[in-house]
Amino acid sequence: MTDPILRVEGLNKSFGAVHVLHDVDFAVYPGEVTALVGDNGAGKSTLVKCIAGINTLDTGQIYWQGEPVTIASPSVASALGIEFVYQDLALADNLDITQNMFLGREIRRGPFLRDAEMETKARESLISLAVRTINSVRQPVASLSGGQRQTVAIARAVLWNGKVVFLDEPTAALGVAQTRQVLNLVRRLADTGIGVVLISHNMNDVMEVADRIDALYLGRVAAEVLKKDTSTSQVVELITSGRSGSLGLSATTAAQSA
Amino acid sequence: MTTDTSDLADSGTDDPRASFRIDTLPRGLRTSVQDWAVRVRRGDPGGLPAILGLLVIGVLFSATTPLFLTANNIGNLLSQASFIALIALGLTFVLILGDIDLSAGVTGGVAAGFAAQSLRSGDLHAAVGSGVYVALLLGMLLAAGLALWKKLYVVAGLVLAGVGLLLTGASETHVWLAFALAVCIGIAIGVFNGVLVTSLGIPSFIVTLALFLTWEGVTLDAVKSTSIGTSRYEAWFAMTHRNMSPALGWVSLAVLVGGYAATAFLRQRQRARAGVSFDRLALTSLRVAVLAVGGGLAVWWFNQNRNPNPGPAIKGVPWAASVPIAFMVVFAIVLTRTSWGRHLYSIGGSKEAASRSGIAVNRVRIGAFVICSGMAAVGGLFLADFSGGAQPALGQGNTLLYAVAAAVIGGTSLFGGRGRPRDALLGAIVIAMIPNGIQLHPGLPISVVQEITGLVLLIAASVDAISRRRARSG
Ligand SMILES: Nc1ncnc2c1ncn2[C@@H]1O[C@H](COP(=O)(O)OP(=O)(O)OP(=O)(O)O)[C@@H](O)[C@H]1O
Ligand SMILES: [Mg+2]
Repeated sequence: MTDPILRVEGLNKSFGAVHVLHDVDFAVYPGEVTALVGDNGAGKSTLVKCIAGINTLDTGQIYWQGEPVTIASPSVASALGIEFVYQDLALADNLDITQNMFLGREIRRGPFLRDAEMETKARESLISLAVRTINSVRQPVASLSGGQRQTVAIARAVLWNGKVVFLDEPTAALGVAQTRQVLNLVRRLADTGIGVVLISHNMNDVMEVADRIDALYLGRVAAEVLKKDTSTSQVVELITSGRSGSLGLSATTAAQSA
Repeated sequence: MTTDTSDLADSGTDDPRASFRIDTLPRGLRTSVQDWAVRVRRGDPGGLPAILGLLVIGVLFSATTPLFLTANNIGNLLSQASFIALIALGLTFVLILGDIDLSAGVTGGVAAGFAAQSLRSGDLHAAVGSGVYVALLLGMLLAAGLALWKKLYVVAGLVLAGVGLLLTGASETHVWLAFALAVCIGIAIGVFNGVLVTSLGIPSFIVTLALFLTWEGVTLDAVKSTSIGTSRYEAWFAMTHRNMSPALGWVSLAVLVGGYAATAFLRQRQRARAGVSFDRLALTSLRVAVLAVGGGLAVWWFNQNRNPNPGPAIKGVPWAASVPIAFMVVFAIVLTRTSWGRHLYSIGGSKEAASRSGIAVNRVRIGAFVICSGMAAVGGLFLADFSGGAQPALGQGNTLLYAVAAAVIGGTSLFGGRGRPRDALLGAIVIAMIPNGIQLHPGLPISVVQEITGLVLLIAASVDAISRRRARSG
């Protein structure tokens, strides 16, 4: 087995009195799709934001290619090569597609922007995803549909050649055809050696593209299983009760958490 | 740009490249007009409301009094508009963030007050007393320290330069250095506004409302309840009373048109080479021609003698017009062509998106407050000259409201994310026209000025709110 490219150890995170993540261990492997599953409020998005440098860790350590790192801000994460597509997308509505894709990483000469170059690259990135529903990279994001916004957010992550890409419920807002495209894309990204983390509530999607499944139950890692060793019903059980047969949290821990 | 994407999705092309064809085509006059119409329908009316307002109010006053559309009155109008425009230009930055600076008017009062007192007294320390003088010095040092803490080194340097002017007394002997002191004081005030808003998280509305009162008091401390005339200082008196020489007017226009033409043609050629949509040569030429002809007519017109009485000729483009235009050009470049400008807009659109993109959101925001207060100081200097001198009430009353109204009428959104320097100038002229035209009607009570200005602002805010709703639903 290859070593993980990104690893989190013993992560704890509280918001005030609410202890959201308990001693979470989590790893991402190059060339694999790791599905992160769990019920609403299990802490999936919080875990992602801790790795992104948006939330600070209370305790715990992040390792990048085996080295301990501190991710104090989103720019540190992107400098390492970790890209994110957030659940709420976080696009600036008043800017156009290109401007959003290059936000914070504009191509410049001196202080001046090089718009033509950015537009070309944005277009290339969308073309590489075989996007057919957007017809101009100069379209304001405010005028895009949910699926189109999702596509832009994913294209932004792809544009920057991240070594790890987190996708927080990328298909939640999408129709059938676009979901298909995104899932194909997820697989293709992993096949090029990128470590992909897919957060999803859709078990069909998870079972289709994931290599590895991590189930969070009320802020605790219930189990990490390989797709080939598990079944949909077992994953569902891990999500809903934190355990399944010999797998998962001990009965007492699961009960305590609940 | 097509508004309806569904038919493209169904068009069944297999090459995804084809769907971006529109991004590679040259744009002519027709496409550019269509794009503009789409933008207006999507809720970005741009300068449209201001231009309509300009026409409606202008036609109304021209029809009702022959005194309105005279060369002499237009000159006055521009003097009245100048300080509104300068303050509105600075406010644009803060409004783009979705914030506001209610203290911009009185910031101008404080800054111009200290500048005037330095010049008049020749010894600021003696004139304002040790308490005020030391407080001013410590305040500026504190602002410099805060700017350093926030890693705004240029800002810190400028504030420290202001401290240098105070300590060396340089601003007491030279009018330009007194202007510099005013701007440095403005910048220091901007640092306080910005840090209070970003670090403590107090809404800008509250921070600047509270400081509004404080600066009113400080202006009084600076000028000591007198009015300090500006007419003794030629450079200061020139702001709203003098004109560029006719030759300088032509040279400035040539530089403006030449600079615009060079960058526009170069830019479009670069875009064409890069394979992204570009404006056809004819379209760019048309833009340059409109600027050249319009500017040429204006300069020619201003270069005629507009003194209604016999005596020395009054001619040339007023400084009250050329200075705001110069600032507008610089700010337009900063906002649309630099990454700092783009970050500013992105923060106005979504703070969350900006900070997740690694933008130092708070540093950019403090920078915007600094520009706003710095411009407020420049506006305060113009206002002091326009109103005959730096006096205790400088920048109070309607100054700030007029500037906000100017920006909003021009098309800058109170909700953030949208605004252009050009809008501020257009809006300032609309706002200045109201008191100007009404005072030419001796039959109308002066109370009408405020009543009408308030209504115009309300209309502008409604247009803003409606277009925002359209942008969201469209
Ligand atoms: N900024 C915050 N302040 C306080 N509580 C928070 C904050 N962010 C998240 N939480 C809480 O942390 C818990 C986990 O939230 P999180 O968004 O990580 O869940 P999730 O697994 O992503 O759920 P979903 O599937 O609904 O997206 C929730 O109880 C949520 O209310
Ligand atoms: Mg979530």
